[in-house]
Amino acid sequence: MLSKNQIAQRIAKEVKNGQYINLGIGIPTLVANYIPDNLEVVLQSENGLLGIGPFPKEENVDPDLINAGKQTITMLKGSVLFNSAESFAMIRGGHVHLTILGAMEVSENGDISNWKIPGKMVKGMGGAMDLVASAKNIIVAMQHCSKSGDSKLLPECTLPITGVRCVKKIVSDLAVLEVSPTGGFILKERAPGVSVEEIMAKTSGKLIIEGEVPEMVFD
Amino acid sequence: MINKTVKDALEAVADIPTGAFLMMGGFGLSGIPENCISALLQRDIKDLTIVSNNAGVDDFGIGLLLKKRMVKKMISSYVGENAEFERQLLQGELEVELIPQGTLAERVRAGGAGIPAFFTPAGVGTEVAEGKEIREFDGKHYLMETALKADFSIIKAWKGDTAGNLIFKGTARNFNPIMAAAGKICIAEVEELVEVGGLDPNQIHTPGIYVQRIFQGKDYEKRIEQRTVSN
Repeated sequence: MLSKNQIAQRIAKEVKNGQYINLGIGIPTLVANYIPDNLEVVLQSENGLLGIGPFPKEENVDPDLINAGKQTITMLKGSVLFNSAESFAMIRGGHVHLTILGAMEVSENGDISNWKIPGKMVKGMGGAMDLVASAKNIIVAMQHCSKSGDSKLLPECTLPITGVRCVKKIVSDLAVLEVSPTGGFILKERAPGVSVEEIMAKTSGKLIIEGEVPEMVFD
Repeated sequence: MINKTVKDALEAVADIPTGAFLMMGGFGLSGIPENCISALLQRDIKDLTIVSNNAGVDDFGIGLLLKKRMVKKMISSYVGENAEFERQLLQGELEVELIPQGTLAERVRAGGAGIPAFFTPAGVGTEVAEGKEIREFDGKHYLMETALKADFSIIKAWKGDTAGNLIFKGTARNFNPIMAAAGKICIAEVEELVEVGGLDPNQIHTPGIYVQRIFQGKDYEKRIEQRTVSN
């Protein structure tokens, strides 16, 4: 099984040179730590910044400079600031190449649920619905099963949906899977030490296995 | 140039009535109109509807207005950091309308720009789309969202001049510029107020045409929600 940092590390291998990327809160934020130095990419924060830098040193903390998770951050050379309407214009307009976000459930046709649990306090969807409705490529970072052991990769989402037919790829603690355009999770890679049988047992949506499934390789 | 200056926050918010429909700039606690919120707390008004991306925290920002029971309804995209908010919501004392953040921003922008409605892909196939017109353009589905306008929009900028021209700093810009245009009366509080001519026209983010009242705020606390540092 992968740790949260290993999920982030594996997702970082999907990042391509020249991409503008939006990272969600949680594991997706960790992806930034593993993007190779030789790639030129720009991270977008939907509260109005392109070019997110590292967390500041204590003496450089600026309350007027935060990311969408409300964490203090820094800017880089070439960073640019803008208002919220402009920020979502670049998101909906398809200018952001890759969105990486967390999920509570993903269905075998690529629907995602990640904003609301009936019976619990609803905090809101933030920018998630805009992001999943528009991004060209959406990768989900998630745990394969709930704490009680139920699969979170389902035939259909049971929780309220955030977006339909939008997820392209999933990196869970057990596997890398692609969502087939005709429905189903295509098993691409296994986490080290995790068997195909275990992934089959823990995936309640349609699982597609094409030949040998390699183990993930970490650099 | 038209002088938009008012003396202070109390004068700026003096005529906001009970039941007013307000917009307030800010993302989390960054770029919120701290002085105007403090001044509103001194007014004996209630039943406010507030459009704001977030609802502050228990003891700061819009959370203070909630605690004093001045708010009837919040229109926001994310309200997760506020226990008093949760209590009032669960007790049925407060209404909340949750809107995808990009839709919220565009509804505000449209309100200020004379666009009554628009079509967006955000929320198609979700409960956000319930009761809304869906149309297909180039094979993809979109839902219709309508513009938002306010009686008063209350915003915060870094620098401004007496004609209401504004410059923002960092990510404290967020919803502030678009809300300026969407309020019948826009109240802008700034950290530094200068005479006309004191700002470089090339650097101004929000033209003063949208701003009706401006004053220099004081004692900015600029509270940080998530202080994250590197070693």
